[in-house]
Amino acid sequence: MKFVAITSCPTGIAHTYMAAEALEQAGRDLGHDVQVETQGSAGSAPFDPAVIAAADGVIFAADLEVRDKDRFAGLPSVDVGVKKAVADAQGVLNAAVAAVEAAPKGTPAVAAPALATKVTANAGVGTRVRQWLMTGVSYMIPFVAAGGIMIALAFLIGGYEINTVTAADLIESFDPLSSHDWAGLLFVLGGTAFGFLVPVLSGFIAFGVADRPGIAPGFVGGSIAVAVGAGFLGGLVAGFLGGFVALFLARLKVPNAVRGVMPVVVIPLVATFVTAGIMLVVLGHPLKWLMDELTAGLNSLSGSGIVLLGVILGLMMAADLGGPINKVAYTFATTGLATVATASGSPVELRVMAAVMAAGMTPPLGIALATFVRKNLFTDAERQNGKAAVLLGAFFITEGAIPFAAAAPLRIIPAAMIGSGLTGGLVMAFGNTLRAPHGGVVVLGLVGQPLLYLLAILIGSAVTAVAVIAFKGLHRKAPQTRTAAAQPATV
Amino acid sequence: MTSEATDLTAPELVLVDLRATDRVDATRQLAETLTVAGRVTDLEQFLADVAAREEQMATGIPGGIGLPHARSAAVTVPSLAIGRVVEGNGIDWGAPDGPANLVFLIAAPAEGEADHLQILAQLARKLVHVSFRQSLLEAPDADAVASTVLKEVYGR
Repeated sequence: MKFVAITSCPTGIAHTYMAAEALEQAGRDLGHDVQVETQGSAGSAPFDPAVIAAADGVIFAADLEVRDKDRFAGLPSVDVGVKKAVADAQGVLNAAVAAVEAAPKGTPAVAAPALATKVTANAGVGTRVRQWLMTGVSYMIPFVAAGGIMIALAFLIGGYEINTVTAADLIESFDPLSSHDWAGLLFVLGGTAFGFLVPVLSGFIAFGVADRPGIAPGFVGGSIAVAVGAGFLGGLVAGFLGGFVALFLARLKVPNAVRGVMPVVVIPLVATFVTAGIMLVVLGHPLKWLMDELTAGLNSLSGSGIVLLGVILGLMMAADLGGPINKVAYTFATTGLATVATASGSPVELRVMAAVMAAGMTPPLGIALATFVRKNLFTDAERQNGKAAVLLGAFFITEGAIPFAAAAPLRIIPAAMIGSGLTGGLVMAFGNTLRAPHGGVVVLGLVGQPLLYLLAILIGSAVTAVAVIAFKGLHRKAPQTRTAAAQPATV
Repeated sequence: MTSEATDLTAPELVLVDLRATDRVDATRQLAETLTVAGRVTDLEQFLADVAAREEQMATGIPGGIGLPHARSAAVTVPSLAIGRVVEGNGIDWGAPDGPANLVFLIAAPAEGEADHLQILAQLARKLVHVSFRQSLLEAPDADAVASTVLKEVYGR
C-alpha cells in the first residue's frame, strides 16, 4: 500500500525526523511505500498533491496541529503521537494498514486540485495560495457560526429593532425576565463574535504564510481592514501582506546578537507596524474615496430606470459580502428609508430597501443550496457550513457566504453577484416595498407583496446555486469525505 | 565565536565513561562540554530550556537512548554532545523498555535558519538506526565516536 505521513514534535528538531526515518524504514521492511512530510524546524516541503492523491492512507504522527490537514480529507487515517512512531513504527504502520482495510470499499481517493494540473507552470503557487486561504477560513468558521447564529436568534426573539441595543444598555440594566434583554444580549455577543471574523481570517492567513510570526501583523492588519471599512477582501489583503512581511523579516540574515530578539520583539513590532500602517494609510483613503463615489453614483442613478437601480444595488450587495461596496448599497437604502419614515404609499425609497435586503439574503442561501444539491463538489466541512449559511441567509446575514467566498473568491463572488443582481432587479419589477432598516424572515410582515418577494429571493438563490456549481465544477472536484462525525466543521 | 562551518560534534563533546546520578546530572555534564567549547553561552539558561522540553514529554526512546534536546537562545551553533554511560549504570530516561546507556544532548539555536537545522534533522534520522547506535557503543574512544557521527551525518 501507499501511505503518506506527517510527523511533528514540540521542538521540531529530533522526534520529527526520527519518526520520519522510522516510518520510512518500517515501510521498507513491511513492503509499503511510505512518504513523510516532516513539519519540523528545518523547513517543511509540502507533499505534491499527486502524492496525496495516490496514497491509500495517511499516518499522523504529530504532536502539533497538522498543517493543512484538509489535504488528507477522505483518506483512511491513524492518529498517533510522534513518540509512538519512533518507538514502534511497524505497529503504527500495521494499524494504518488495518485502517485502510476497514475503510468503506469504493471510497474514492482524494483528487488533486485540478488547478495543479491546469496551470502546471505555477501549480505550486496556486495550491499554496489555496492552502493559505483555507487556513484562514478554517479558523474563521467558528466565529461565523457562533456570531451569526446568535445574531439570527436575536432578530428572531427581539425583532429587527434589536440592533439598537448596545453593551452599555445591558450593563446599565439587564432584566432576566425580559425577552427583549435576552435578545439584546444575543445581538451584542453575536456582534462581538462577528467583529473577530475579518481579523481571524487575516491573522490565520498570515499564520499560514509565515507561521507564528505572521499572527500579530495578520490580526492587527485585519482589524485595521475593518476599521477602514475594507471588509473581508481587505482582510485577505492584510493576511497576505502581514504574512509576507513577517516571512521576509524572518528570513533576513541578522547578526547573532540580534537573532534572539527577532521573533519576540523585532518581527512582531516591524511587521505589525508596516502591515497595519499600509492598510490604514495606503488603503484607507482610496477606499473612502471609492465609497463616496459609489454613493454619489447611486444618488445620481435614482432618477433613471428603477429596475436597473435594483440590479446595481443587488450586484453591490454581493460584490464584497459586507465590505465597502456592500456597505454603500445598504447605507444608501437605510438613509433613504429615514427620509421617508412617515410617508405613505410606496415611495421609491421603500422599494430600494426591499431590493437591498433581498439581494443580501441570496448569497448565503444560494451557496447553501449548491452544497445541498451537489454534495460532491464540496468538502465535508463546507457542507456543514452550508447548513449554517441557510440560517444566516434567512436572517439577512450576508456574511454567511464569506467562508465560501474567502476560500474561492474568484468563483463564489461572481456567482453570488449574478443571483443578487437578478433578485434586486426582480424586487424592483415586482414593486415590493420594505419599511424596516433590516432584513430577513422577521421583517416579512413589513414587506409589500411578500409572496412575490419570496419568489424573487428563491429565483436569485437558485441562480446563484447554479452558478456556484458551474464555476466550481469547472475548476475541481472536491473529495468525497467520510462521515460528518469523523471530521468536525473545520476545514 | 564559532564559525558557520563548525561541525556538529567533536571529540571534546563526547564523554565515553559517563557516570551520572540521574538525567539532570547527566545532562549537566554533557552541557558543560558545550559551554567549555563555546557553543553554549549560558549554561543555566540552556539547562532550563532542556528541562522544559523534557518536562513536556520524556525524551527516552527504546533501545537505551536518552535524547535531551532544546532550541535555546543560549546556543550559538547546532551541536551534539554524546555520553556513553558506563556499563551497568544506565540512566532512567523515561523510555518504556529501561534505562539509557547512550545519551545524545542536542543543542539547537533558537533561530537557526532552516538549512542550518537540516544537519540536526539528518542526525535525528541516523539515531533511529540500530547499526548506528551500535557502532557508537563499540567505538574505542571519543575520537572514534565523534568521527563516526560526522561520517554518518555529513557523509564523509
